[in-house]
Amino acid sequence: MKSKLITACVLASATLFASGVYAADQVRVALLVKALGIGFFEAAYRGAEEARKELGDVEIIYTGPTSTTAEGQIEIINSLIAQRVDAIAVSANDADALVPALKKAQQRGIKVISWDSGVGKEGRQIHLNPSSNSLIGEMNVQLAADAIKAKGKSSGTFAILSATPTSTNQNIWIGEMKKSLSKFPNLKLVDTVYGDDLADKSFREATALIKNHPDLDVIVAPTTVGILAAAQAVSDLGLTGKVYVTGLGLPSELAGHVHSGAIHSFAIWNPIDLGYSATMLAYNLVKGQGTKTEIPMGRMGTLKVDKNGDGAMAKPFVYDASNVDEFSSIF
Amino acid sequence: MLKRLIYSREGVLSIIVLTMFFGVGVISPDFISLSNSVSIFNDTSILIMLALGQMLVILTRCIDLSVAANVAFTGMFVAMVNQYFPELHMALLIFLSLFIGALLGAINGLFVWLLKVPSIVITLGTMSIYRGATFLLSDGAWVNSHQMSESFIGLPRYEILSMPVLGWMAVVTIVLFFWAMKFSVWGRNFYSAGGNPMAAFYSGVNVGKVQFYAFLVSGTLSGLCGYLWVSRFAVAYVDVANGFELQVIAACVIGGVSIVGGLGTVVGCVIGALFIGVVNNALPIIGVSPFWQMAISGLVIIIAVIANASSGKDKARIILRNPNANDEIRAN
Repeated sequence: MKSKLITACVLASATLFASGVYAADQVRVALLVKALGIGFFEAAYRGAEEARKELGDVEIIYTGPTSTTAEGQIEIINSLIAQRVDAIAVSANDADALVPALKKAQQRGIKVISWDSGVGKEGRQIHLNPSSNSLIGEMNVQLAADAIKAKGKSSGTFAILSATPTSTNQNIWIGEMKKSLSKFPNLKLVDTVYGDDLADKSFREATALIKNHPDLDVIVAPTTVGILAAAQAVSDLGLTGKVYVTGLGLPSELAGHVHSGAIHSFAIWNPIDLGYSATMLAYNLVKGQGTKTEIPMGRMGTLKVDKNGDGAMAKPFVYDASNVDEFSSIF
Repeated sequence: MLKRLIYSREGVLSIIVLTMFFGVGVISPDFISLSNSVSIFNDTSILIMLALGQMLVILTRCIDLSVAANVAFTGMFVAMVNQYFPELHMALLIFLSLFIGALLGAINGLFVWLLKVPSIVITLGTMSIYRGATFLLSDGAWVNSHQMSESFIGLPRYEILSMPVLGWMAVVTIVLFFWAMKFSVWGRNFYSAGGNPMAAFYSGVNVGKVQFYAFLVSGTLSGLCGYLWVSRFAVAYVDVANGFELQVIAACVIGGVSIVGGLGTVVGCVIGALFIGVVNNALPIIGVSPFWQMAISGLVIIIAVIANASSGKDKARIILRNPNANDEIRAN
């Protein structure tokens, strides 16, 4: 026991010394992800590297457990505290379990932010959401407008294919879409249907939409199962190019339909931008730049932080035939 | 003869389905067009095949809750094989789907046959196990349309006489079942094993083995439907056909397959499946609020079952019918 304690002391002082050398000139930001080897987070790391090149005096420590567990992340947080990093930017496996360890980090003067998947308010200074409900709602209507433009029309109709009628975030997004309709006077929302996130029901609902509204231009599905099923229904009915499908989905899942032409464009967060912004925010917090409500994040603009410490990065990123292949291997 | 047909379970049910079908046609004339009728049948094909497999299981006083999970696992399996070996011939892939499905069905069947475990317990367990195995197999990743070969997606869509192959597969299954359940000893054994297991045992029918066969057939059809499902919707993921087993059982019950075993016909089962198919396709067309949709489909199911049950009341049920003695029975 005693010898263990001594070893620990020696080790601790050694790391203290070692990190002391670093800390003099470089800001050390730890990008702690849910697990290593996940395409989405590897892409976020690419963004962090981009921020490092832009800033110059940053060192990125990209780390994470081998499987998505809170225990693994806690161990890493403890070792990051021991290494005396300047900031931790974490995408958490558990919103509550990490709080004590992150509190400890903050007590040692480490700046903590969460991004992508947040932690409780006490565990971090700010949380970076990829987007906000109102931005997502507006983006979805924008996508419908883009698809109608791609058809060469100046005005047109669209319908929404959602998940279940009781899905909270879907309903919030649909509400926001309706609100932002005033900005798009040439768009008309003709119907809202629910596919329950089941492939067969979504497929049927999409088919019925097309039959019930022969002049329908666009189906907007802000759900991954829905957008796929609708795209398949459109190609099966031989209406590719006549009815466009758009909404939220992953590049790896939708690449085929983008190339077939059933989907003109769709949106989802960009993990590269997310990693970039998280790094910028962490750096600026360490440097004391920005105010309580506004923190700059490089090329992504300024993050507006609300009273809970939450902020939204940007509108969802638009993917189309030009960039979908680049991202389909990532996530 | 006509009167008998109308008052039979199948007759009453057909009238309900047709009334519904043409009722929707009044609101939306396109609904009853030939092409839309074919597409409704095509859309219901998977349900028909699974319901026929389930019918065998229910006839033998068992139940198979694992069909949808079997669909998901086999679907994911063949989709991944296709993804990594796109050159593999489709005939081989279909054989593979039948084989994997049969294997999963046989696991259920062996437990029921050899260990005499109640099927609801076993299949409730394998339902979760197969679904979990799908996750382990795929690691949660999806197989998407661009990762599938052209023939993998194209086969069920290939049209013969303006009906897709998917629909023809259902037709072939129906014909095979109709023949087997009416004219083969193998098929008749399902009725005897479920209608009166003791009597069946004394007449030399191995009830456990018959139950095993029922699960084997149900599993094999689930495997085939796994491929068909994944190909039809051009995506394979863990939650494929989630909760679909309930629709399959509902199709059987609506079609007059007695949940206590021994009773049920191929024709009834198919009409039961078509009933659900018509409801599923009609509700979005007539634009019912999504909050009402579930209540309405539940309500029509109950009405169908009640109409069905009352039509069969007060009549002695013939459990084992000698195919050659039809005229004799009618004379009584």
